[in-house]
Amino acid sequence: MAEPIVQIRNLTKIYKRDSMEIPVLQNITLDIPESEFLALMGPSGSGKTTLLNLIAGIDRPNSGSLIIAGTDISTLGESALAKWRSHNVGFVFQFYNLLPVLTAFENVELPLLLTNLSKKEKREHVEAALNVVGLGDRMKHYPKQLSGGQEQRVAIARAIVTDPTIIVADEPTGDLDKKSADEILILMERLNTEFKKTIVMVTHDPHAAGKAHKVRHLEKGDLMEN
Amino acid sequence: MRVLKLVLKNLLRHKLRSFLTIIGLSCAVFAFGFLRTVVSAWNSGVASSSSSRLITRHAVSFIYPLPLSYRDQIEKVPGVTKVSYAYWFQGVYKDQSFDNFFPRYAVDAEEFLSMYPEFIIPGDQLETFKKERNACIVGKKIMDKYGWKLGEIIPIEGDIYPGHWQFVIRGVYTGKDRTVDETQMFLQWSYLDESLKQTSPYRSGQVGWYAIQIASANDAASISENVDALFANSSAKTKTETEKAFQQSFVSLSSAILTSLEVISYVIIGIILLVLANTIIMSARERIREYAVLKTLGFNSWHIIGLVAGESLVIAMFGGCIGIALTFPMAAAVADGFPTMFPVFSVEPLTIALALALSFLVGLLAAVFPAVRSARIKIVDGLRQIG
Repeated sequence: MAEPIVQIRNLTKIYKRDSMEIPVLQNITLDIPESEFLALMGPSGSGKTTLLNLIAGIDRPNSGSLIIAGTDISTLGESALAKWRSHNVGFVFQFYNLLPVLTAFENVELPLLLTNLSKKEKREHVEAALNVVGLGDRMKHYPKQLSGGQEQRVAIARAIVTDPTIIVADEPTGDLDKKSADEILILMERLNTEFKKTIVMVTHDPHAAGKAHKVRHLEKGDLMEN
Repeated sequence: MRVLKLVLKNLLRHKLRSFLTIIGLSCAVFAFGFLRTVVSAWNSGVASSSSSRLITRHAVSFIYPLPLSYRDQIEKVPGVTKVSYAYWFQGVYKDQSFDNFFPRYAVDAEEFLSMYPEFIIPGDQLETFKKERNACIVGKKIMDKYGWKLGEIIPIEGDIYPGHWQFVIRGVYTGKDRTVDETQMFLQWSYLDESLKQTSPYRSGQVGWYAIQIASANDAASISENVDALFANSSAKTKTETEKAFQQSFVSLSSAILTSLEVISYVIIGIILLVLANTIIMSARERIREYAVLKTLGFNSWHIIGLVAGESLVIAMFGGCIGIALTFPMAAAVADGFPTMFPVFSVEPLTIALALALSFLVGLLAAVFPAVRSARIKIVDGLRQIG
């Protein structure tokens, strides 16, 4: 059997507020196989976004190990972690987080600025990513000229343009109407089935979670058994 | 897309704010450049002074004359190669307005101008000047200002030396470089002295100061001491100093004003630093969430510092260049408008270099706090910011 792409062992995360310590995740152990589409559900404050952030390498655990694609990212320094993220993680936010001064093309191109690709290669990658999300004809549009669903699709194109190991999505449909949300979920399903991308998605929406292969629940920082 | 393009796009996000900040910087750098040019203009006499010329004047004050007889004694001092003399003539041309003021000196026709190679005078004109008692040589700037021509008679109403004086223009000098004052008028000391012999005999045979050419600038101090020692027991004691020190003594009369101007020029830069810092802090604060997103994508702290500092530097350098560019027409206007007050008024390369360096420094310093703060913010905290 193949090694899981995400191996989490005894992961603990505690936030400090003044002198108070607030445990957010306690002793989490989780394996995510390659090409998995996992949904993390749970009430607000259950720690699902924190777990997602830890998997994406944008937050650090207090203890435990976090091995993603063979690298224990809990041991990496800031610069190494940034470099690791640029190669391994595609992040989809609830509120898209596109840069308003950049066109769809330029927003998708952003992660490629950190690579050594030629201008032509970058263009090819960006066009391919935008075509995958169905926005090949919107490349020169600015975010404010796009609908919410289109903005999220640009964000997904930005997440996949570097061909990352894992895509993490934090409530990707949380700010969208039902029709747009369905389009995004179909797109994510496609990324998983057609392009074999490993996806970890946080959601409140059972309908969205229904698109995932597997759903795990978090309750007060504990990962529930299925 | 390059990072610089992102910097420029960020700059255009709040066009009015960026525009006003750039205008503010332009004004500050312009004020800095202009004030420094004023100070340089004031010091131009000092800057163009020769280190191999000494000036001997009355020890009490420049306004007291010295006997002409000192000349022969000074000439014998070892190290002295040439001695000449001059006298402040003053007088009134047209009226007493400042606009019609220009320096007028009665000089030793034979030697004085030859000691000042920075005044370029055609040989034939200099020879004519030496031969005609009522001849004068004028600087090109005032020649152009009044539209005078060679051979024209210039009437001067005497004040220190009363009388209706008339001088014929026999020569025009130009400066060997832009630091040379081209607004002076030189007339013959002997013409003045002959007149004084008739009208005020007790005032004849006197000079205002001696100009001394020395063989080596290194001997200036010892020669000065030797010259002053010659007249230590006379009724008209002397003070000998380098031409630079002599000019400096005039400038030092205004030193408080000049120092104030210099301080003000730097205070203005300090103020604009705070204005730019405020702008950059506001911009960076508004973009904390975007910086967090960039970090999520793999950009590191140095990239964020580069973005913030880049924006600050672009504003500062753009504003600085506009400010410097504005200084030139203003300096030209002042030079044209006040040729006698500021005979030499041009923007020096050092001023340009300083203005550019300060613009760069302002851009850099203004970015330090917001850049470091933006780079240090944790991604999860940045993403929580309301965008």
